[in-house]
Amino acid sequence: MGEFRLWPESAATNSVAVDHLYLFTVLVTVVMTALIFALVFTFAIKFRRRSPSYVPPLIHGSTALEVTWSIIPFLVMLVMFFWGAKIYFDNGKPPSNALDIYVVGKQWMWKVQYPGGQHEINELHVPMNRPVKLTLASEDVIHSFFLPAFRLKRDVVPGRYNSMWFVATKPGKYHIFCAEYCGTEHSGMIGWVTVLPEDQYENWLSGGSATGTMSEQGEKLFTQLGCATCHLMDAQGRCPNLRGVYGTKQVMADGQAVTADDAYIRESILNPNAKIVAGYKPDVMPTFQGQVNEEGLLQLIAYVKSIGPKNAPGAQPAGGNAPAPKANSVKTAGSLQ
Amino acid sequence: MSTAIESPRSEERVNYLNVKDSWQSWLFTTDHKRIAILYLISITAFFFLGGLFAMLIRLELLTPQGDLVSSDTYNKLFTMHGIIMVFFFLVPSIPATLGNFLIPLMIGAKDLAFPKINLLSWYLYMIGGMVAVGAILMGGVDTGWTFYPPFSSNYSHTYVTTAAIGVFISGFSSILTGLNFIVTIHKMRAPGMTWNRLPLFVWSHYATSLIQLLGTPVVAITIALLGMERIFHVGIFDPAIGGDPILFQHMFWFYSHPAVYIMILPGMGVVSEIVACFSHKRPFGYSFIAGSSIAIAVLGFLVWGHHLFVTGQSMYASLIFSLLSMVVAVPSSIKVFNWSATMYKGAVTFQTPMLYAFGFIGLFTIGGLTGIMVASLAIDVHLTDTYFIVGHFHYVMVGGMVLAYLGGIHFWWPKITGRMYPEGWAKFASLVVFVGFNLTFFPQLVLGYLGMPRRYHAYSPEFQVLNVMSTAGASVLGAGFLMPMIYLVYSLFRGPKAPANPWDARGLEWKAASPPPTFNFDSAPVVTEEAYAYSEEAHVG
Repeated sequence: MGEFRLWPESAATNSVAVDHLYLFTVLVTVVMTALIFALVFTFAIKFRRRSPSYVPPLIHGSTALEVTWSIIPFLVMLVMFFWGAKIYFDNGKPPSNALDIYVVGKQWMWKVQYPGGQHEINELHVPMNRPVKLTLASEDVIHSFFLPAFRLKRDVVPGRYNSMWFVATKPGKYHIFCAEYCGTEHSGMIGWVTVLPEDQYENWLSGGSATGTMSEQGEKLFTQLGCATCHLMDAQGRCPNLRGVYGTKQVMADGQAVTADDAYIRESILNPNAKIVAGYKPDVMPTFQGQVNEEGLLQLIAYVKSIGPKNAPGAQPAGGNAPAPKANSVKTAGSLQ
Repeated sequence: MSTAIESPRSEERVNYLNVKDSWQSWLFTTDHKRIAILYLISITAFFFLGGLFAMLIRLELLTPQGDLVSSDTYNKLFTMHGIIMVFFFLVPSIPATLGNFLIPLMIGAKDLAFPKINLLSWYLYMIGGMVAVGAILMGGVDTGWTFYPPFSSNYSHTYVTTAAIGVFISGFSSILTGLNFIVTIHKMRAPGMTWNRLPLFVWSHYATSLIQLLGTPVVAITIALLGMERIFHVGIFDPAIGGDPILFQHMFWFYSHPAVYIMILPGMGVVSEIVACFSHKRPFGYSFIAGSSIAIAVLGFLVWGHHLFVTGQSMYASLIFSLLSMVVAVPSSIKVFNWSATMYKGAVTFQTPMLYAFGFIGLFTIGGLTGIMVASLAIDVHLTDTYFIVGHFHYVMVGGMVLAYLGGIHFWWPKITGRMYPEGWAKFASLVVFVGFNLTFFPQLVLGYLGMPRRYHAYSPEFQVLNVMSTAGASVLGAGFLMPMIYLVYSLFRGPKAPANPWDARGLEWKAASPPPTFNFDSAPVVTEEAYAYSEEAHVG
């Protein structure tokens, strides 16, 4: 038998916040359960039938009591509601200085890539005391990226990007679980998140990648897939010039304004006719569905981001300032059989 | 207990059981009581089949390694456990057996409004059930009972379509039962049976029927769309062919969350009857208990989004669903307080049905409160898809519904069969069930906060101790469920003959003979008092 635990490890600012709320709700649950048990047992014993001739009085009820035991529990529930919502909304929007890391779920492994181009499978390394944002994509079915020590979980849904962010506070190695049932090896789709102190993290990152940063890999793909034929970089081609586009508002042919964010770029690659920029024709660009995988899409997006305006939100690919030396990859063997 | 010799059949009063005994008289009956018996036998078979799968799941989880069965087999086990228990046991359980048997008796009617449709319901249920069993026999299905695409539509290589067809067909059984009950309750009440005199059991079934009628078509549509995607590759849910997988979850839970109330409301009705009867007192706050059933049915339709807090649904939608999920807990807590208050100044006795009612009140309270915990957004983010959820809904579904069902079966057993069950054994079994239940499911709540995900074939070693406790509990619980099976069947042959009203209850069903004649009452009853007239007259004996 493994080490016995009754309480999970806590390694992020969020886990402390959630633990406090959880303890409060446990307390409420225990008090309420004790109250009901006490009521039932006291009444059952005190008012047990002592004589067959006893006829209980006719009691219809009491509106005052009904109101009381509706309102008071509801007020307590409202505390749980607001408290839980506060933490949920705090977790909603990542701070702008968050470090970007990209996670792709695939039956049955987690593929992690860093802006510097480093790749890992079923391993995630994050620095301590610094906000980290994970962008989550799925190659096939729905998965769910679950970090119990951070009390965080987010579904990884094919066809869209979900994200989560956290500030890890305690160095160590913690579980990654897939929490959404995804087929045969669902319970094997697990891994480890390693929290490192900042200096050790920089050290770890400098291991670098043999294949260049994410945006460099994206640029290669951009050429390979022939995107550059139409998306000219110094002139106006058959398709929009992508320089300086990332994060800006673009006006579509139907007049609506769309922010050129990750989701929009992804959609434009896979389903080019969904939104056509004003002044361009539909049906010029073929779909790249099936020709580029989720990791490749993220690299293409990183490339478009890297040629975006310098002050656009999230424009600075973290770790991309100093291109990582082309050293040996830190790829970790997956635990697939 | 006496060993009285059976009196020869010829001397017995004619009742619905002995009036005819050919197999045709059972399979083509339109008597609501006989149809209830057909359901009772069939859902019991499904319950033990689903229970067998549960036992295999628990045995696999004794050790952290996936060593007893393969991961594919394990995935099929929890899927089939869920499908069988939800669609073929919990949804029909109380309404199709006790509801079918008792609603006409309680309102003074000869039968349901549409006796032939009632029989059709049972056939649809059986056809759906046989198709689902067929899917198991052919090789099973591995999508989880929730059938989430795109896994279910484009990735699973198992008999998804067959199982889905089974669920689809049985859904119509549920719709027709709901329809039948609503019309019956509106149109078939005996003179004097006003809405204010309606037993709380009938009120809860009225609320249940509304959900069955309005909710079930949505899951039928959802399953049909899933089938279209799986068979014809119409892109509805799979993003690779232009669909949206989250759309499925919205549609699925639009039915399946209210379906939770289909499963629990009838149990609440049973407990309301039992508590009043064994307190020998009118239920405290009758109109609040009745009204809260309707409130649950309505509000239950507005909370489905709380299953989607981590999918990426709009945060503001999550906020509303979180709040509404808190609101729907209010009518449930009203019921719990009223049941407790009913005993105040009552004359409480402790026969088996009352013990089950106590168990229900305690365990449903824990099930409800753990539900409120996961309605809180930040807590749900951590706990969703963990064993906490498994523990929470088993507290409601087993601790609540199954205990209420067993309580109801014991309470009305004399009426249904004309025999008394052995009280000592029954009390002992109820205690075994209570202990076994808590030992099984309490550790799962702890495991959930620790972070053990559900539907895991193999798990991390630090979760083992709690899993061993849970499996030990499941063995006790299994024994607790087998005991009534044995002594109830035994009582059919050797149990003492039951009088018309063994509990000194006041409801109309106790004024009919035990077992009742085919048309329930010898003459059409005229109702002059409510079902809980315990205090207006002196007790007899």
